[in-house]
Amino acid sequence: MTTSSAVRRRWRLPNWVDSFLWFLRLAAILVLIWGVTGTVVRGINGEGPTGEAWRDLVIAGLAQGAMYGLIALGYSMVYGVLGFINFAHGEVFMSGAMVGFFVANYLFDAGLWESNFVLALLLVLLTSILTSILVAVIVERIAYRPLRNAPRLIPLITSIGISFFLQYTFAGLFGVAVNSYPPPPDGLRERINLLGLEIEGVKLLVIAVAVASMIGLYLFVERTRIGRAIRAVAEDKEIAALMGINVNRTIVATFAVGGAMAGVAGTLWALLFRGVSFITGFLPGIKAFTAAVLGGIGNLVGAMTGGVLLGVFEGVIPQLVLGGLGIPGVAQLKDVVAFTALVLVLVFRPTGLLGERLAVEDRT
Amino acid sequence: MMERPDTATVGLRGTLRWGLVCGVVMVFAAAVGMVQVFDEARIVIHPVLSMGYLSLFWFVPIAGYLATKVKVLEGMAAPETGPRNVALGALSGLIGWGMLAAFTLLINAFNLRDIFVKLSPKLVILLTFGRGLAVGLALMALAAVLLGAAGGALHVLPPAWRRAVILAVEWAFVIALLESVFTQVLGRLGLIRVSSALFEGDGLQWWGALLIAVLVGGFSLVRSKRNKPRRNLVKKFLAPADSRRRTRNSLLAALVVLVLLIALPQLMGSLLSDLLANVGLFMLMGLGLNIVVGLAGMLDLGYVAFFAVGAYTVGVLTSPVSPRFDLGWSWWAALPVALVVSAIAGVLVGTPVIRMRGDYLAIVTLGFGEIVRILFLSDWLAPTFGGAQGVLNIPGIPLGFTEVRGTNPQAILYFAVALVIIAAWVSWALQESRIGRAWTALREDETVAAAMGINTVRAKLNAFIVGAVLAGMGGALFSAKIGSVFPKSFELLVSMIILVVVIVGGMGNITGVAVGAVVLIGVLGGPRQPGLLQEFGEFKLLIYGALLVFMMLRRPEGLAPSVRRSRELHADELSQDAWLDKGAAPDPARPGGGTT
Repeated sequence: MTTSSAVRRRWRLPNWVDSFLWFLRLAAILVLIWGVTGTVVRGINGEGPTGEAWRDLVIAGLAQGAMYGLIALGYSMVYGVLGFINFAHGEVFMSGAMVGFFVANYLFDAGLWESNFVLALLLVLLTSILTSILVAVIVERIAYRPLRNAPRLIPLITSIGISFFLQYTFAGLFGVAVNSYPPPPDGLRERINLLGLEIEGVKLLVIAVAVASMIGLYLFVERTRIGRAIRAVAEDKEIAALMGINVNRTIVATFAVGGAMAGVAGTLWALLFRGVSFITGFLPGIKAFTAAVLGGIGNLVGAMTGGVLLGVFEGVIPQLVLGGLGIPGVAQLKDVVAFTALVLVLVFRPTGLLGERLAVEDRT
Repeated sequence: MMERPDTATVGLRGTLRWGLVCGVVMVFAAAVGMVQVFDEARIVIHPVLSMGYLSLFWFVPIAGYLATKVKVLEGMAAPETGPRNVALGALSGLIGWGMLAAFTLLINAFNLRDIFVKLSPKLVILLTFGRGLAVGLALMALAAVLLGAAGGALHVLPPAWRRAVILAVEWAFVIALLESVFTQVLGRLGLIRVSSALFEGDGLQWWGALLIAVLVGGFSLVRSKRNKPRRNLVKKFLAPADSRRRTRNSLLAALVVLVLLIALPQLMGSLLSDLLANVGLFMLMGLGLNIVVGLAGMLDLGYVAFFAVGAYTVGVLTSPVSPRFDLGWSWWAALPVALVVSAIAGVLVGTPVIRMRGDYLAIVTLGFGEIVRILFLSDWLAPTFGGAQGVLNIPGIPLGFTEVRGTNPQAILYFAVALVIIAAWVSWALQESRIGRAWTALREDETVAAAMGINTVRAKLNAFIVGAVLAGMGGALFSAKIGSVFPKSFELLVSMIILVVVIVGGMGNITGVAVGAVVLIGVLGGPRQPGLLQEFGEFKLLIYGALLVFMMLRRPEGLAPSVRRSRELHADELSQDAWLDKGAAPDPARPGGGTT
């Protein structure tokens, strides 16, 4: 009698959790259907955003998502190799954008920004990339390397500390004001007709740069020697070391590559939003992590896919679902959508859309 | 046994390394603006040392000390110390000075102010003591060399003297920096003449500092001569062999603590009481988070959500002008509701995250924290929660004879202390109970815990609920204290700061949380609450971050560690030969296979 009740009690609670999770899933789907139906009905009645507004939302989401994807690559690679969330990666991204601003400003004053935008942008991009690489590598050397074998949450907590430290160091060095990049030349701000779709030039440029970087990174990881070393270390550190791979150097390379992608993202942020301040890195950082989880952490293609999806979700779902439910001020709830997406992904499919790729000991 | 390292190379390499670190620290302090801001803020030791110069030079003696430190391993002779230590300490100071001098010349020659906002001409004047470049730099070199040499010279002193000197300097600076506490307390005790003689402006008189240093140093020397650790006395008093005396003694101790607690607010004055009330508030929440993070081992980064839920529930129920309802309940009626709502929030947040990996749990709870804040801020829920304006006119806590509210910091402090005692008692009782042991087992190894028959899901949910209820209690106190709640008070930063309090204090340990709250919230200040060192203002979070990283690297078990936790974290070292110094064991941070 007592044993059976103990057994039953032991089983009942997990079931309760399961049913709660099922309820959550159902509720999410119901809200989704209800909201979309509401929006469709409103669309038929001629209310709500127009078709062009929808298109702009999607494209803005794509551009922003491409940027998220680039940051997500850094999270994903570090997580794949070291198995912890590098919370400070958002600040790595911010540092690139921040230092890039001063170069951009200088080039604008010198007139190069107007006369030869491509060259100026390349210079800014280079600065941004180098800064981000530098910050990422220094952080790895000072804070993460001594913690290589520490329990998993300790590097995570350390990275939170680093994140604060970097934010307020930048606030101290460069001031707390929002620095505005010079505006891109007029040609880029106009809409360009691409296969019947009118896209703002800047957004097209952002998407193109992000896709190019992604392809570059993919080739780097798949084809080069260092890339192979990174993959080997992500698979199993000890065996990789036995195979003659310098693990420490490979980890530095991982941070550097992640930093480079964050640097590119920093410049793209500047193109999209122009304003940069010391707290710029925080929210994009968290969202990029969400994107990495969404796509499957450790998975590079997944990170990019997750980024783009998250960007589009963020752009469209507030209008599409929440607007359909008749909630006012949906634009405020953008971040709620992103975080809810994270929760739902982890409830529905914790390994992400494309599956995660982690070292053996991390798959628990 | 290991070979004895060649002291000569260790010395020079260490000197170079620590000299460079010292230079980086000095240039950093100058470049982020600490030197200038602190210099304007106050003078620590009158009339020689302003806080700005303190922030510039504090690391030099430490660098000098570390540069010439030789690790003593078991089976080795103690390192020979002598003039060499002093010289190398001075050298490390000189290297640091070199970097600072280069920096000074750089900002003097170029105008970098458009980029680095803090590099003003005024900084150059400060860095050269206002005496022109050549003389200033020479003086600076002198200061750096002397301080570095002093750091190195510590090695030359016999251990008892070294301890005495370090203690003396520490005490002199602590008393100088915490001047406001001492002047307040001395003033209230009627010793205003002592305080006005010792302190000048915001800092100590130089002879006061000297006096304190001599007293403390002398005391430490006398004590070490007698060679009798004082701590044993306290232990003996609290835990004598005879059990009846133990009960009596611990009752006595509790009485003394109680009397102190009752006397404290009267001694402190309202400003310090308010500050201490903030400490109490964060201690309360720290105790709650300690259960989730320290005991059950789940890193909850969205703890502020429960705080917000508690505060908003009380606000909406008690405020006569709350946007949707105007219930105007009493705080006491609203409290149980707030606790229940927080507990429900704990279940709602806890259930989906319970099966997740530790780090996913961290980021998802962070997401929940932000979701809650944004929802309270949104237009959608503004009809109930007031959007950005929040809920205003929240009444205080009626106690029959008086009303506890923010305008009466002493009363709030008493109330906060009472809540903290309740929370501490709850955590202590839980920690020692079956549930507490289940949490510890979970933290150590979830699989094994499950195999031992612990219902892991329920244990984790329990931790979430208890943590949430304590945070809800904190929120209820907060809303009565401030008198209004709005989303700005519930930023993510609050979660982070509570986490830092728990971690720096010592995870899994009630004393640790108390120590962490007093040291961090009391001295540095909370996210929006000023601490004793109000000057830190804009650099507060910088220091929080640096402190967190430093603690994780050097002392992950915290300032006041729980025994078990610290054993866990140092398992590697303990499993090595216990007599060997940390450095003698193969460095656990670098796997042998990792180098080729």
